[in-house]
Amino acid sequence: MIKTDILIIGSGPTGLFAVFEAGLLQLKCHLIDALPQPGGQCAEIYPKKPIYDIPGFPEVLAGKLVDNLMEQIAPFQPGFTLGERADTIEKLEDGTFIVTTNKGTKHHAPIVAIAGGLGSFEPRKPQLENLAQFEDKGVAYIIKEPEVYRDKKVVIAGGGDSALDWSIFLSDVASEVTLVHRRNEFRGALDSVEKVQQLKNEGKINLITPAEVKQLVGTDRLEKVIVRKTDNSEEIELEVDNFIPLFGLSPKLGPIADWGLEIEKNAIKVDNTLDYQTNIPGVYAIGDVNTYPGKLKLILCGFHEATLMCQSAYQRIYPDKKYVMKYTTVGGVTGFDGSKKEAPKAVVKSIE
Amino acid sequence: MSDIKIKITDRDGVLHEVDAPTDMNMNLMEVVRSYELAPEGTIGICGGMAMCASCQCYVKSDHDLPEKSDDEEAMLAEAFFVEDNSRLGCQLHITPELEGLEVELAPEEG
Repeated sequence: MIKTDILIIGSGPTGLFAVFEAGLLQLKCHLIDALPQPGGQCAEIYPKKPIYDIPGFPEVLAGKLVDNLMEQIAPFQPGFTLGERADTIEKLEDGTFIVTTNKGTKHHAPIVAIAGGLGSFEPRKPQLENLAQFEDKGVAYIIKEPEVYRDKKVVIAGGGDSALDWSIFLSDVASEVTLVHRRNEFRGALDSVEKVQQLKNEGKINLITPAEVKQLVGTDRLEKVIVRKTDNSEEIELEVDNFIPLFGLSPKLGPIADWGLEIEKNAIKVDNTLDYQTNIPGVYAIGDVNTYPGKLKLILCGFHEATLMCQSAYQRIYPDKKYVMKYTTVGGVTGFDGSKKEAPKAVVKSIE
Repeated sequence: MSDIKIKITDRDGVLHEVDAPTDMNMNLMEVVRSYELAPEGTIGICGGMAMCASCQCYVKSDHDLPEKSDDEEAMLAEAFFVEDNSRLGCQLHITPELEGLEVELAPEEG
């Protein structure tokens, strides 16, 4: 069981900055994120895009903003549960919470702050009739163990980096790799595109474009896929062991929607007059995942919400303690790692 | 003020005729959101970077639209329910040339 003061669900910019504000109040944080790396959308979707409305940064790349936040919060030693999705929440008699992930990891905290953005990123699934029937029976959306595909006949669909990269990788592992894409052009790193071209020329990757997988065939397991060329409607039947559609990720609010929280417009309603608490006392929602009158889904608004949330969380954890907010210019930053940052003291010296 | 009229059929098949400003640096996806013709969280998910297809629409009128950028082409190649007249709403900027545009929102991806 992982224990912490504030359990933050989602490690995008809002969740990360909450660690800093909590740290100033000597509160420890642990973050859960479905993606394998922190940063949320900024790291996953648009790391190379510049952002122009972070106060004090005329221009900052989204990926760089995440790097900066990670550096800023490092003294407060946040814990991370990455690559796991927060699935269930349980309120204990003492008012604290246990949050369990899809992999069974349990987290115990008096405060839960949902900073889940648009939700957890799930693989986009193609619209094929009997797709669900073959999930884990030949169909997978994420490649976890490449060895599973050793000496197998594999069909990959998609035109992005992951489709290209896995086609290249599996061409050495699988007995047969077929890559199906709706267009002749691929959107990937130039190296990967050239490598696939080379492997195609060597006969190590069977490339079918422009085409789509139209049908899955099999009794217990996947046995065949039907591919239709989109230029001449020719249908190609392929005997396969595995079909891996790699169409990227899309965010879904997911299990959080079933936590008994008040939801409006695919977002969690919070009290914006005070502390961004939800209808469940002790559970807060900050950043893009919440909604209230006048809500703006901006990173800078998430930072503000995170800050007020931490103050409220502190009072909830320590109802009897008196506390006044301290400026970092005055109090400095004392990390849990023993580090201390503070303004250099002015030298007082008389001029003679 | 310089508004144009656009006809938008929502995902329930309901036709809306809306005024869209040409002087607010808006795109079609934002117009749809501003009139709440699709629920928040189901359109414009990536914020308008041509990185999701939640604002895909079918262009029904024969307007001369700007060419698709590489980003839009690539996204539409990966999207579902794509037709020949598919465009990403976020990549269509509201200009006077779009007066009378008719579009239909593509279904939401599952």
